[in-house]
Amino acid sequence: MMGCPFYPGSRKPRPLAVDEFAGSWSGCRPAWAFVRCHGLCLWGSTKKKMLPSVIIYGLVNSVNLALIALGFSLTFGISGVANFAYGGFYILSGFLVWMLLNYLKFPFILAIVVTIGVVGLLGFAAYWIILLRVRGIPLSEVIATFALGVGILESFRWLGFVTYEFTLPYFKKGMVMIAGVPVDYQRLFMIGIGLALVLFLYFFTHYTRIGLAFRGIAQNERTAISLGIKSDWTAALSLALGSAMSSVAAIVILPLGIISINTGYEVLLVAVAVGIVGGLESVPGILVASLILGYAQIITGTYFKPEWMMVVYLAAIVLVLAIKPSGLFGKFKELEERV
Amino acid sequence: MKFRKERLDRGIKARCEDIFAVSSYKEISYLLFPRALPVVLLLILPLMKGVIGLYWEKVLMITCIIALLALSWDLMASVGLISLGQALFFGAGAYITGFLNYTFKLPPILTIPLGTLGGALFSTLLLLPVLRLRGVYFAIVTLTMPLLLSRFIETTKILGGTEGMSALSPLPNIWVELYVPVLALLICLFGFRRLINEDYGLVLQGIRDNDRAVMSGAINIYWFKAQAVFIAGVAGAFAGAFMTHYYRFVGMPAFAMDYSILPLTAAVLGGVGTFAGPTIGAFILMPLSESLRAVGTLRVVFYSAILIICVVGLPEGIFHYLRRKYHQFERMVDIG
Amino acid sequence: MQDKTFLRVEGLTKNFGGVAAIVRVSFSLQEGELLGVIGPNGSGKTTLVNLLTGFVRPDSGKVIYRGRDITGKMPYKIAELGIARTFQMVKPFYQLSAFKNLIIPLYSSRVKKLRGGKYGDRDDVAIDLLEDVGFERDSFVPYKVASSLPHGYLKRLELARCMALRPDLLILDELFSGMSMSEVASTLPIIEKLNAEGLTIIMVEHRLKELFRIAHRVIALNFGAKIADGPPREMMESEAVKAAYLGSEEEE
Repeated sequence: MMGCPFYPGSRKPRPLAVDEFAGSWSGCRPAWAFVRCHGLCLWGSTKKKMLPSVIIYGLVNSVNLALIALGFSLTFGISGVANFAYGGFYILSGFLVWMLLNYLKFPFILAIVVTIGVVGLLGFAAYWIILLRVRGIPLSEVIATFALGVGILESFRWLGFVTYEFTLPYFKKGMVMIAGVPVDYQRLFMIGIGLALVLFLYFFTHYTRIGLAFRGIAQNERTAISLGIKSDWTAALSLALGSAMSSVAAIVILPLGIISINTGYEVLLVAVAVGIVGGLESVPGILVASLILGYAQIITGTYFKPEWMMVVYLAAIVLVLAIKPSGLFGKFKELEERV
Repeated sequence: MKFRKERLDRGIKARCEDIFAVSSYKEISYLLFPRALPVVLLLILPLMKGVIGLYWEKVLMITCIIALLALSWDLMASVGLISLGQALFFGAGAYITGFLNYTFKLPPILTIPLGTLGGALFSTLLLLPVLRLRGVYFAIVTLTMPLLLSRFIETTKILGGTEGMSALSPLPNIWVELYVPVLALLICLFGFRRLINEDYGLVLQGIRDNDRAVMSGAINIYWFKAQAVFIAGVAGAFAGAFMTHYYRFVGMPAFAMDYSILPLTAAVLGGVGTFAGPTIGAFILMPLSESLRAVGTLRVVFYSAILIICVVGLPEGIFHYLRRKYHQFERMVDIG
Repeated sequence: MQDKTFLRVEGLTKNFGGVAAIVRVSFSLQEGELLGVIGPNGSGKTTLVNLLTGFVRPDSGKVIYRGRDITGKMPYKIAELGIARTFQMVKPFYQLSAFKNLIIPLYSSRVKKLRGGKYGDRDDVAIDLLEDVGFERDSFVPYKVASSLPHGYLKRLELARCMALRPDLLILDELFSGMSMSEVASTLPIIEKLNAEGLTIIMVEHRLKELFRIAHRVIALNFGAKIADGPPREMMESEAVKAAYLGSEEEE
């Protein structure tokens, strides 16, 4: 008897305590993790007391989204490659750190550095081995990265990485009170890393040779090539950079919950949603869109129903597509770039 | 003695590219055979229930459904739109059909056509804004739409929420279950092929290859893209509408990723742009996937591997290989 | 009083990033004129064509065609109104045969309207069009795949693609570039004939000798600005035009 052969298993409701709050499994993991881990009940307190926590956790959520979205957007903005394997690399980083910590007993710092390096290298290799051969054929590029991402994620699922023991450690346990709101160190750390990353990117793209090459290619590929900037190397490096950033994001964000394979698909979803809203090629766009979506989600979750947090993405995408399809800061270059 | 492999077109093929000058019954049958074979096979297979067994008949049906989705994908690819989310069309058709049956108790003979058209319309309207943007945006939005829509249904609990709508009307009998998808597949296969070979299809391919030139030819490429999406949507939504009544249930699994990945793999494996290719790809992939049921999620890894290998190594797909073999013969020539 | 000018361009300006591609260009065109556009490389000629045909949106300025403001409209709308253009970088539909390349513009609603709603056989019309631009009729050339045709033929295919639209204004962007002397010599009379039959033409060209022979009026661009506007004879004697192409004496 066949039953439904296409139930992929990715929709099974998760039997976590989270469900008691949400009533359903939602994709906004960090916020749920916060609710679960600290047992705070925002919806119980009065609305006035919630304002500082909304402000703070809105920021936390925004940084969270930005960390996820930047890697994808950078790769796309520099080389035009939409790295659909992004979610795969994210989860791969998480599992790699876990394996290094638990199987090889690496110290934490070493595990992190090795993972970021390895994943960056994998991104580079992915371009060089696969994408290079199909560069210029949009169909093949899209399918290749998409298949890679799905392959990575489903391989892990098949290998059995699906139980609850897969967690990454915090950097430092404990929390601190800010304006009467408890914030744990991990989240402060996340904000710090996010800011540091943005600053690093700014200096990198404005002051180093490789970074300037990135910007050159992003602005005008032909001219850049004629100036001696190697387009393929730059594209491969952009993929490496994007993947490495997904690693950083994974290492900082995954400790807030467990490493779940479905998060891989959601991360891609988030990166894409933020990118669509903000404009895929624009870093300021991503940052602004992260703030908007981050706060919109927290406000929805706090003042309305928590389940609706995910719907914010859908609403935002539909809105942006209807009004300004290329995104808030996106350049509507659709025709001009062709002549 | 050195040999070289030489490929020659068969006589009839060598005469002209796409206009065949036939001069005998043998030549007519040469042309007709590859077209008639699948038709005959597909029409006969459901009748062989006793021999093949009910299980494999069901596989045949699912294969036709996936082939329909693959055809739908291929039509959009022919106009330059790469969809990573055929599940959008499938789910839209499925839900509208389910809703009509569940709420208004309309019979399948009404809900399926309405669901097909409604699903196609809904998906086309949703994708309309993206048609003006660069190609990759289409891939991105189609990827996220099924995920977002299923999440939307989950949270707002409309249309049955997580439980879906069940106990829907069944299909009249086993013959309907088998022959409707088969006929739909044949209609779409030959219909799309005819479409793409007409002048209309030429415009679509022109949009894919060089939309700037098409635009300067006073053709509104966005309107044509929308038409292509709608037509493709009809095929995809029909698949969903039909399955709703087959399973007598519609729920969030209607937007499952399998409905996006399988047609995609079938099309890439079989040969993008040929319509016959995706059909062949589906008929290879689905039975294979059924036999691999035991391995569980490894199947999806397997599909991904096939996708990457095909895209990198065999971009033309199986159909082109088969066609070449049919139209050409090879021989070793002695070049001394 | 109604504006009878066929085409009027007012103050067209376009910047790309920091580069001023077109700076406040204005000119007008009467029906049936053959206007040449000349200027050194990078002077903005192609940008001007793109601005006129909707492929680039101007930062400011207006394009008024037969009394209608067509500034910034979509390219296919402008083509539908009867303005056809060639592309400097020829890009036919490579996998299709030459005459099939013409099927696509013949499919447009403009052609539908002009032929009174009946199509006739598009293939036949396409072969006729190819003959008009110089493809040998009874040869296999119209049936050859576009990727196998030499450059001169591709350029003429571009022209045929424009004529398929039955345009009222034809804009040729460096049609003769890459053509051999004999090809130019055989194509020039075709253009002359089209103009004599009443087709208004704007020709962007580098081959000044041929252009000056057939143009009624010529405008010259340099660094995006119009530096001269008058009959060909005036152009040949203009100091500004010479300086633009050859550089002025002070620079040595």
